[in-house]
Amino acid sequence: MNCEEAVSLLQPYTDGELDLVRHLQIEQHLQRCAACAEQEQHLRSLRVAIASPSLRYQAPESLRARLQAALPSETATPIVVRKRSMPAFQLATMAAGVLLLVGMSATMGMLLSHPSSLMDERLADAVFADHVRSIQVDHLTDVVSSDRHTVKPWFQGKLDFAPDVPDLSEHGYTMSGGRLDYLVDRPVAALVYLRRLHAINVFIRPAANEETKAVRSLTRQGFHIRQWQQSGMAYWAISDLNDEELDEFVRLFRAALPQATL
Amino acid sequence: MEADERRQFELTTLPHLDAAYNLARWLTRDEHAAEDTVQEAYCRAARYFKSFRGGDGRVWFLSIVRRVTFDWLEKRRSQEALPFNEDLHDQSDESANPEFVAIRKCDEATVRQALEELSPLLREVIALREIEGLSYQEIATVTQVPMGTVMSRLSRGRSQLQQRLAASQEGGSA
Repeated sequence: MNCEEAVSLLQPYTDGELDLVRHLQIEQHLQRCAACAEQEQHLRSLRVAIASPSLRYQAPESLRARLQAALPSETATPIVVRKRSMPAFQLATMAAGVLLLVGMSATMGMLLSHPSSLMDERLADAVFADHVRSIQVDHLTDVVSSDRHTVKPWFQGKLDFAPDVPDLSEHGYTMSGGRLDYLVDRPVAALVYLRRLHAINVFIRPAANEETKAVRSLTRQGFHIRQWQQSGMAYWAISDLNDEELDEFVRLFRAALPQATL
Repeated sequence: MEADERRQFELTTLPHLDAAYNLARWLTRDEHAAEDTVQEAYCRAARYFKSFRGGDGRVWFLSIVRRVTFDWLEKRRSQEALPFNEDLHDQSDESANPEFVAIRKCDEATVRQALEELSPLLREVIALREIEGLSYQEIATVTQVPMGTVMSRLSRGRSQLQQRLAASQEGGSA
């Protein structure tokens, strides 16, 4: 690859938009060519310069209220989306309540009787519902801290497992805190990280056999989901971050976990 | 709108309200106009929701927001007789491979101003890529142009942004 080609592909390269072959070609070229490598650095310096969280505007509360009022409602009980009556969440809690009544063993039997792909789809729906609820009701975190040494002990006594809480702040993923949540019917630890103003929820619980070890990608309504299993625990990461950054986050997160049974 | 349909509609659009507002806010450069255009887009989206066939709710909602917002920009330009904005129409002959210069981390106000001074089409693509984190394909779908056009706008936008930031640094603390 010559310099002209390399420079023409530099932007898609730094945007993570190239296919693997060309990505590697550029990488090799940049190792050999100081001039192009400098161009790459300058290009990346622009991204650093504009990577300020405050540059992403957040919709004001007043707008949410206006939208509620803007649509004529044909129902007697309008849905207040900011409250805990998120429909998907309602379904999830209803399902959880019913299943809990049936009993834990019956629940496990039901879940296990699902083919794993259906199960994944169902869990992905639950992950999406939990994530949306967490960002809409301003209930992202129960324990607010950027310090993993505060977040990790907070879960003690609240769960029958101890989630690992990696510190990824040096890579630009700031710890925002943690909270207890439910995924379908089982308690999970939710860790919250922030990238610019994008929240990333990581749901953690002991793995069931049917969850895959390799990282799987799913999407729900523009939100990207990654699911994997590691050292006996199942992980779900969800965010409206782009694929590239979420993959990077998952890679860093996985690398920071204990490597026992990889 | 029936209750079930309305629930579906809200689930499709409201999780992306920040993304919608952010785009409208950067394009209009005005907080009240941004609220108005998002509300208009929300109502328009509700009318067209029957034609939404599932898939990526964010891209679908953002494409409506940007249409409403560009209508607003056009209307305002004709009302206020603002100078003709060449970038709403031009096919720039700027080099597709601009040379980039080094810039240091700038303060937020400088970046904000530099970004606001870009033409709407370039501001849009920078906001969608650098702030909202959309992929080229998603931006192409939102803006209804081919990927090649997305890439050339992004290239021009970054180049102009770099020049402005570099110039402000020379004139500033250097």
